[in-house]
Amino acid sequence: MHNETASDRELLYEEQYKRAQKEQSFMRKLLRNKLAAFGFFVMIVLVFTAIFAPWIATHPPHQMDVTRTLLGPGEMGHLLGTDSYGRDTFSRIIYGARISLIVGVAAVVFGAVFGSLLGVISGYFGGKIDAIIMRIMDGMMAFPFILLAIVLMTVFGQGLMNVIFAIGIANIPGFARVVRGQVLSVKEADYIDVTRSLGAKNTRIIFHHVLPNSIAPLIVYATMAVAGAIISEASLSFLGLGVQPPTASWGSMLQEGKDYLVLNPELATISGLAILITVLSINLFGDGLRDALDPKMKI
Amino acid sequence: MGHPLLEVKQVKKHFPVKGTIPFVPSRQSVKAVDNVNFHVMPGETLGIVGESGCGKSTLARLINRLISPTEGEMNFKNKDLVSLSKRDLRTVRKNIQMVFQDPYASLDPRKRVGQLIEEPLVIHGVGDSVSRKRRVAELLEIVGLNPRYQNRYAHEFSGGQRQRINIARALTLNPELIICDEPVSALDVSVQAQVINLLKDLQKQFQLTYIFISHDLNVVRYMCDRIAVMYLGKIVEIGSYEEIYHSPKHPYTQALLSAIPVESPYENKERIILTGNVPSPIAPPPGCAFHERCPFVMDKCKTETPPLIETTEAHRASCHLIKKEEE
Repeated sequence: MHNETASDRELLYEEQYKRAQKEQSFMRKLLRNKLAAFGFFVMIVLVFTAIFAPWIATHPPHQMDVTRTLLGPGEMGHLLGTDSYGRDTFSRIIYGARISLIVGVAAVVFGAVFGSLLGVISGYFGGKIDAIIMRIMDGMMAFPFILLAIVLMTVFGQGLMNVIFAIGIANIPGFARVVRGQVLSVKEADYIDVTRSLGAKNTRIIFHHVLPNSIAPLIVYATMAVAGAIISEASLSFLGLGVQPPTASWGSMLQEGKDYLVLNPELATISGLAILITVLSINLFGDGLRDALDPKMKI
Repeated sequence: MGHPLLEVKQVKKHFPVKGTIPFVPSRQSVKAVDNVNFHVMPGETLGIVGESGCGKSTLARLINRLISPTEGEMNFKNKDLVSLSKRDLRTVRKNIQMVFQDPYASLDPRKRVGQLIEEPLVIHGVGDSVSRKRRVAELLEIVGLNPRYQNRYAHEFSGGQRQRINIARALTLNPELIICDEPVSALDVSVQAQVINLLKDLQKQFQLTYIFISHDLNVVRYMCDRIAVMYLGKIVEIGSYEEIYHSPKHPYTQALLSAIPVESPYENKERIILTGNVPSPIAPPPGCAFHERCPFVMDKCKTETPPLIETTEAHRASCHLIKKEEE
């Protein structure tokens, strides 16, 4: 009888523990942070907008109509008006989300993969390799980010893929720095020594212990970098170095809109707002992610 | 008496010191472990005691081959650990495991306890995932933890429980030698006793050999068959537990033992209080490293380094006084 109650109590504890675990699960922790949840929601909406652009857009994004140029919002069935060629602004913003998201994510993935690799090698092995890699990264960092991207764009030429490469390469040193710093602190931890004493090879130590413990700041930095990459793409397009002209991109729309700031301020404002909301939501999400990723942190 | 499990011969570890002039290598070095000799017999517990910075932990890391010695030989079951190839070293490491001092820092915070205990098996490719899982549950039970805890993270456990997890991980590969580097010094006294008793039980159960590093003389007294006393990178006295505790020969050991608190306030005990500080390991004094603080210092001590002299069969100490007694 006594034993039964003891095991019953144990089961009850287990139940309570499981409930507490659920409370502390990754998604719940993330969504409990209201701002992060908002960022997450906006990002989901953006992704769906980009995927289903043809169904959401009211007009084809490249369709010109010289009889309907520079219309205000709501005029003649154009939700957000038209630009100087008579193209529907709403549809172009919707399609522009595709470019922004593709460039933002692809460029950051490119930069993160190569940057982290260099950073891990640099931080883990140290010595001469470290010195060589980090001096090259310093050299790249000495260029202002956007200047480096401009130089790379003039070398590669225009086009979506080249924008991704240019922004991706410009992102490498930042990631290398972040990862190296993290690896330097993680590799001194006792559990790395333990793993080495168990007979683990360097590759196992790096991929099973060093990287997972360095990943939290990396992910946070990456989400912020996505926002940065979207701005870079917009800047490049604004300077006429981004995607080819007829393609709708927020940056190029902003550039076209700047000529009509007095006459039609909403043209530039709308594309600018699109960039602002996207970048803001990604940053908010990134902040929430950092807190949720720490298994020790209870929110 | 049989073959020793581990024989350490003339092992030195000198860490180079950064010079004051940049880019010019300094000729100075920290002599963390300097000319250490000892052996460990199968099934026994050798305690290594000494104050902070005397090279105890460096010695542990040398035996574990986390760092390489500057000089010397370490024979584990007649294989020299220093000259082994990387691959052979991996197999030998299965037999030498280590329990670290800090139970909080020695468990990867991003791994579940089951994964941590399983890891040695994965590294050495032992068994399939089902048999490994079974082994993990068995090990948790052996160290007194609920096998259902294997899906939890290390931070959900208390210090004592974590040290049990560390011990379970050290046991995973059925090692012969376990180096315990101050395994209980980070724990509460009540928990210390539990962990020490666990270690003792495991030794009986699995015929383990321990090298037990500690600065807590009471813990050492309870755990160890033989004791080595270290001072400034050198072993100054080594012998069986009775010999060391009841008739210490080296003045440093005598001072160390006199520092153990007495059990009752009515007990009177002569306390040997040393003057001065431990000399710098970068430039240890010539002759006997202890001569600057030794109450019985002679002229000879300042020039000649005393060798480890055998006093009885199982007791050796490095002091010039011993010879004098014999003469």
